[in-house]
Amino acid sequence: MTAQTQYYVPHGSHWPIVGSVALFMTFVGLSAMLNEASFGLPLMGAGIAILLVMMFGWFGTVVRESEANAYNDQVDRSFRWGMFWFIFSEVMFFAAFFGALFYARTFSLPWLGGEGDGAATNMYLWPGFEALWPSNANGPSQIGGEFRQMGAWGIPAINTLILLTSGVTVTWAHHGLRANRRATLIFGLFLTVALGLVFVGLQAYEYIHAYTDLNLTLGAGIYGSTFFMLTGFHGLHVTIGAIMLIVILARSIAGHFTPDRHFAFEAAAWYWHFVDVVWLGLFFFVYWL
Amino acid sequence: MSAVMVDDHHHDGPDSGIKRWICTTNHKDIGTLYLWFAMIMFFLGGLMALVVRAELFQPGLQFVDPQFFNSMTTMHALLMIFGVVMPAFTGLANWLIPMMVGGTDMALPRLNNWSFWLLPFAFTMLLATLFVPGGAPAGGWTLYPPLTLQTGAALPLLIFAIHLMGMSSIMGAINVIATILNMRAPGMTLMKMPMFVWTWLITAYLLIAVMPVLAGGVTMLLTDKYFGTSFFNAAGGGDPVMFQHIFWFFGHPEVYILILPSFGVISMILPTFARKPLFGYNSMVYATASIAFLSFVVWAHHMFTVGMPLAAQLFFMLSTMLIAVPTGVKVFNWVATMWRGSMTFETPMLFAIGFIVLFTIGGFSGLMLAIVPADYQYHDTYFVVAHFHYVLVPGSIFAIMAAVYYWLPKWTGHLYNETLGKWHFWLSTIFVNLTFFPMHFTGLAGMPRRIPDYALQFTDYNMLASIGAFGFGLAQLLFLYIVVATVRGGERATDRVWDGADGLEWTLPSPPPYHTFTTPPQIR
Repeated sequence: MTAQTQYYVPHGSHWPIVGSVALFMTFVGLSAMLNEASFGLPLMGAGIAILLVMMFGWFGTVVRESEANAYNDQVDRSFRWGMFWFIFSEVMFFAAFFGALFYARTFSLPWLGGEGDGAATNMYLWPGFEALWPSNANGPSQIGGEFRQMGAWGIPAINTLILLTSGVTVTWAHHGLRANRRATLIFGLFLTVALGLVFVGLQAYEYIHAYTDLNLTLGAGIYGSTFFMLTGFHGLHVTIGAIMLIVILARSIAGHFTPDRHFAFEAAAWYWHFVDVVWLGLFFFVYWL
Repeated sequence: MSAVMVDDHHHDGPDSGIKRWICTTNHKDIGTLYLWFAMIMFFLGGLMALVVRAELFQPGLQFVDPQFFNSMTTMHALLMIFGVVMPAFTGLANWLIPMMVGGTDMALPRLNNWSFWLLPFAFTMLLATLFVPGGAPAGGWTLYPPLTLQTGAALPLLIFAIHLMGMSSIMGAINVIATILNMRAPGMTLMKMPMFVWTWLITAYLLIAVMPVLAGGVTMLLTDKYFGTSFFNAAGGGDPVMFQHIFWFFGHPEVYILILPSFGVISMILPTFARKPLFGYNSMVYATASIAFLSFVVWAHHMFTVGMPLAAQLFFMLSTMLIAVPTGVKVFNWVATMWRGSMTFETPMLFAIGFIVLFTIGGFSGLMLAIVPADYQYHDTYFVVAHFHYVLVPGSIFAIMAAVYYWLPKWTGHLYNETLGKWHFWLSTIFVNLTFFPMHFTGLAGMPRRIPDYALQFTDYNMLASIGAFGFGLAQLLFLYIVVATVRGGERATDRVWDGADGLEWTLPSPPPYHTFTTPPQIR
């Protein structure tokens, strides 16, 4: 079956408006929850459910069109540009939180401790505060009480190995796909997904450890704020990436993709490498240094 | 191959009824939706501005309480920025970019629909904040903590509305980039693209780079308020000033997001009515790119008075002034384009020339604000208000209006009423200056912004400004009338519409068929 010569322009779709309604319900529901209104949780739950239906339907449509060879090479390039710039926008999203971490460590804490222009601030507002990272990093008021930092060389180091290995396995799966060795493709993807899920599980374990043993919470000043915000959003993205890979695994088992045309696989792999690189940043700047 | 059906039978026209607009994947339909959405928000945001101007007509408190006054300034800004200028430019991009580069449609048509249809929901959430306990956000559109954290039940709605607007902008920008890079007709090389396409390409990069940063910043506001984090709380080791840095890292590129497509529009219109090609096309492209690049390294000039090291103040002052160079290149090129041209002064040309003169005034007051010691005096006064309204109203808004007059005959197939168009231009120009020029003087004399009352000596200028604002608002009803009348009927437009017009969109019929360039055109 040959690919279309004309650029595929779908005629109408109801999925976007379903997605908009779903996001509207989710966010209004969450707002209501934060304001302690009782209808918040059911509204948000319904919104998320509709959102899942939308994603299933929308991606399903695209998969069917792709399998029916509706997309020519030019459409394929549009998808590539789209995914690339989507990932770039995600990079910038993380940049905001990394920026907060760097700003707090380089400027706000030392200023509170009296360095540079902060001498008067320290003398009159926070006398006696010493800017020590991480032990005093919950600020002059010791918000959240005393806490211990998360060490780098336990679970985080293992998690680094796990994610780096998963980057290798997904590449191995890609090589299998390119060489039309379906078994390699499926086994490689399976390993990648499994490693990703182990990573998420270890992160969850680490969070419990932080809350119960270290008194390290989201409320532990700027240390806890940056720690949980960065690792939390990263964990969310790993989960999203793992779901993508599970879908790709299912499609591989169903016999989708050819050695030449498999953009969906590559998109998921790009995304996976992106969460991998973000993790390296986390490992260095959040856990280690 | 599994037995699946793909919708590949060719529809020639749109669906009928409401389904056409809700489910559409057609760039022209979506462009129309964006533009009408911007029009509605323009009048809503304008009404809010008129509440502000009515209250400021006299000193003392007349009509609204100070909290509501501050809500009006905050909501006016959010509506005008995220609901008017950005959607209007995205609407223009949707209508024009595929036609200008000779592409079938936008590269990702379903995503295009979603980009638009997030907006009505986002603004429903934002406008709903007017009716929740604690009132609408009143801490200014810049959302500085700790003030903004005092917002009542409206805060999560505000923040999630911003998230939705950001998603919409990012997806729209991704679509613009994919369209420009991938949908050009063979032979349409990058350096042959119309300036409007170039400016939008660069704007789209800015959007993808900074909207996520805003999303991150407001997320931290949300967690500081509801989840006990300390990002902007000095007692916990954070810093309220950190928010200002994050916000303006978004905010300064954002002001170029609001103006770069205007530059593109003006660069399209001037050559048509001067009947000369654009002067210095290449330098226009490079100047646009330089402005965009510099916009990432100037943000702290919005916060000189907050307290920062001297070296930082010097750096941000000088980098800001550097932007005047590429901007000067642009203004020079526009003037040179008109130089010895056979000029005629139809409404789009009038708005374009009005743009050049009045935007340049706003540019010069911007240079004044860049000077650190002078900024200590100007900061948070009406001088700042005068400055950014000069670049946004007779800047961005005039460019959008110029674009509407210029391309409306192409979109609708009808000519607008030239006499009424000229009336609209002159009324707008007179009243916009009457509104904002006196603010330079009150600002230099020390009148602070975002305060519902003022000292007696500012009364005369404030009365003038309020009269100007109501006049400007009424003049826009004329604009609405002209647009509606042109959509509904009028003299038939030719394909080329303007005898000096050049570009692929003018080779299409007026109005263009529902699908255009399904086979790519030949580029000379």
